[in-house]
Amino acid sequence: MATTATFKIWRTHPEKDGTFQTFHTEVTEGMVVLDVVHKIQAEQAPDLAVRWNCKAGKCGSCSAEINGQPRLMCMTRLSQVNLHEPVTVEPMRAFPPIKDLVTDVSWNFRVKKGISKFKPRTPDAPDGTWRMAQKDIDRVQEFRKCIECFLCQDVCHVLRDHNKHDEFIGPRFLVYAANLEMNPLDTEDRVAALKDEHGIGYCNITKCCTKVCPEHIHITDNAIIPLKERVVDRYFDPITRLLRIFQ
Amino acid sequence: MAVYQSYSYDVLIIGAGGAGLRAAIEAASSGVSVGLICKSLLGKAHTVMAEGGMAAAMANNDDRDSWRVHFADTMRGGQYVNNWRMAELHAKEAPDRVRELEGWGAVFDRTPDGRINQRNFGGHRYPRLAHVGDRTGLELIRTLQDHAVYTGMTVHMEHTVIDLILDNGRAAGVLTYDRERGRFHVFNAKAIVLATGGVGRAYKITSNSWEGTGDGHALAYRAGAELIDMEFIQFHPTGMVWPPSVRGILVTEGVRGEGGVLKNSEGRRFMFDDIPDNYKPQTASDPEEGWRYTQGDKSARRPPELLTRDHVARCINREVKAGRGSPHGGVFLDIAWIKEKLKDSDTHIKRKLPSMYHQFKELADLDITKEPMEVGPTTHYIMGGIRVDADSQMSTIPGLFAAGECASGINGANRLGGNSLSDLIVFGKRAGEYASAWAKEHPAPRVSDVLVESAMQASLAPFERGDSGENPYKVQADLQESMQALVGIVRTENEMRQALMRIADLKERAARVGVSGHREYHAGWHTALDLRNLLTVSEAIARSAIERKESRGGHFREDYPDKVAEFSTINVAVRQGAGDVMEIGRIPIPPIPNHLKQVIEEQKS
Repeated sequence: MATTATFKIWRTHPEKDGTFQTFHTEVTEGMVVLDVVHKIQAEQAPDLAVRWNCKAGKCGSCSAEINGQPRLMCMTRLSQVNLHEPVTVEPMRAFPPIKDLVTDVSWNFRVKKGISKFKPRTPDAPDGTWRMAQKDIDRVQEFRKCIECFLCQDVCHVLRDHNKHDEFIGPRFLVYAANLEMNPLDTEDRVAALKDEHGIGYCNITKCCTKVCPEHIHITDNAIIPLKERVVDRYFDPITRLLRIFQ
Repeated sequence: MAVYQSYSYDVLIIGAGGAGLRAAIEAASSGVSVGLICKSLLGKAHTVMAEGGMAAAMANNDDRDSWRVHFADTMRGGQYVNNWRMAELHAKEAPDRVRELEGWGAVFDRTPDGRINQRNFGGHRYPRLAHVGDRTGLELIRTLQDHAVYTGMTVHMEHTVIDLILDNGRAAGVLTYDRERGRFHVFNAKAIVLATGGVGRAYKITSNSWEGTGDGHALAYRAGAELIDMEFIQFHPTGMVWPPSVRGILVTEGVRGEGGVLKNSEGRRFMFDDIPDNYKPQTASDPEEGWRYTQGDKSARRPPELLTRDHVARCINREVKAGRGSPHGGVFLDIAWIKEKLKDSDTHIKRKLPSMYHQFKELADLDITKEPMEVGPTTHYIMGGIRVDADSQMSTIPGLFAAGECASGINGANRLGGNSLSDLIVFGKRAGEYASAWAKEHPAPRVSDVLVESAMQASLAPFERGDSGENPYKVQADLQESMQALVGIVRTENEMRQALMRIADLKERAARVGVSGHREYHAGWHTALDLRNLLTVSEAIARSAIERKESRGGHFREDYPDKVAEFSTINVAVRQGAGDVMEIGRIPIPPIPNHLKQVIEEQKS
């Protein structure tokens, strides 16, 4: 049951701004948006730039904005979009454009390097390893599901609208910091850095990041809020502050 | 003369999946300068797709396990044409490599007493796979990536290697282009490690991403290295078959490890109908015993769904051909049935197989806790690859090392599930270690400008032909069709000769491909450059498969359906001969030492 669909795909032009280019193409049951982009690339626009890898929602490469919504192209089935209207596909807007649907996400890799690395305590089980209870790592495992698609960074208004890239690490790296902070083996303390260097205070918990997360990580509730609580407990709790004066 | 930027490192690693990252970490921590080149962004390599786990005889769940059992399982799975030394090193070193990951931040699922939990998998006698739900590959790559970035290496993302350049027969450097700008770069290095993964994109139905184009295999081959075992391709028995756009995407063996069963359209568990003799003593005699095995009963034997992948894939193929398949040309994989056995089975399934639940729900609109999945074989892994020394991972070219899927030896004729991730970390580490030692002992080689210049000119030729040339996507698709139809799960000499004729024809077409536009992030140009590698590995697969006139592991010949003694002692090898002709040869497998032979014998019962 092939039908014709209309896709408006963002194309960049050398030394000019980008524009939407309209393509008409045959689509069939079960296709995802990435399939359509590939079909257009193979048949109509061989130089159309798109970043992708696994095509199964596991690598987080094909992030884009589909009809204005930040999504993975490989996990957006055509049955989820209205094909009676043209479907728009454009790059993530919170990052500098490279070409067409591809953006420069290198800022994210630089940010990660600035977060103190995992520092485990000395192994304390008789066999020279560690013991951990499953219930103590369930929360950390939730954070470690992150596929680094950066859709949460894309949708975060602190980055997208206010361009605070130099002062705020964004939801992805708050999740990363939470994964380290809540790892039962870790001995490093990142609370001061979260407050001063990583700008956790900028987040005003609008939960937009949680809504777009393709891995359904409870970014705000399980990662950011508990980290904010740690910062508050240490620096803004009146009793702690009083105690610190007398230390 | 085209312009390029140049770099120089002690050790250069090509590929940033599990093996490449592990090699890079090892080399960087030994104090040499390390450059890491990857075709995608860091952390996106195909390793993320690995689901089930990494095999290591830590004996956390069953204290009968040891390296001896793991070694014997690996050799049996590989039908005894493995490099026994690699299988030995792998079995002995995997436990330390897994434990080390925990010290770098990996968070594995736990046993009730708090140790790393290990699960059952096909061909492994005891529960042996350290895992994180069904996303173990993501855990591995993220752990290595996050550890690597603090070791001082330089990562060059979205670079594709065009050619490997030698200096007097020794590995000297590579020419790359970066996708972002389409510019050339030349890397000079004292030692080079290839860790480029597999060749799945030579086939139409594959679990591999666009990156699996046999780059390392082909680069090494063109530079004069030997490839062995190229006929041994693993068709994973369970790939998705519907909808068409996701055909081939992997469905983890973990589904069967957790109690999932295979049924045909008549509702029959056909895997009980065909159990190979050498696996009979270890296989359950009825469904009840199989179920008990999946739930950790140590007195039970494993269900036939957990026989080796080559066998399960052929059984599925047979059911489909006999007209007993599912509506979209596969068979049924049912995990939902366990509701008869377990209260709260849907929560259990979602907890044990979260990615599978998610994948089917989102891509096929199917709830695996309620309905059976449709699955069929998909091209998954190549056992064959660059011939390496077992201990050092050095290829037949001095200074050129290889690790992971692009190297060959450990798996023999068939790889056991879970042995890939452990292979990556065991031999990734070794490659990094020995490459670094080599770099410390040798002066920097010279990369010839003449060779660089001619490689750059050749790679730009598609732009000169422009839109009037052949469409590279079309040539790629035609190759994939040919390999799928003629060099697939069931092979015959006649069909493979046809495949070679088509490959010859496709080579001519590939020499005429054209693209237009600018070089920045140009997928068409990239596909044009990939074709050379895909055609090389396809020819190597077909020629090796013709040479091995028997059936063994991942290589099944309808015209020679049995194992033949003559082929049990050799590996088929290919190398580039004069005038670009692919030469084929046989390399005798060194006799296995007595102490290892004994280990195999004692595990046969």
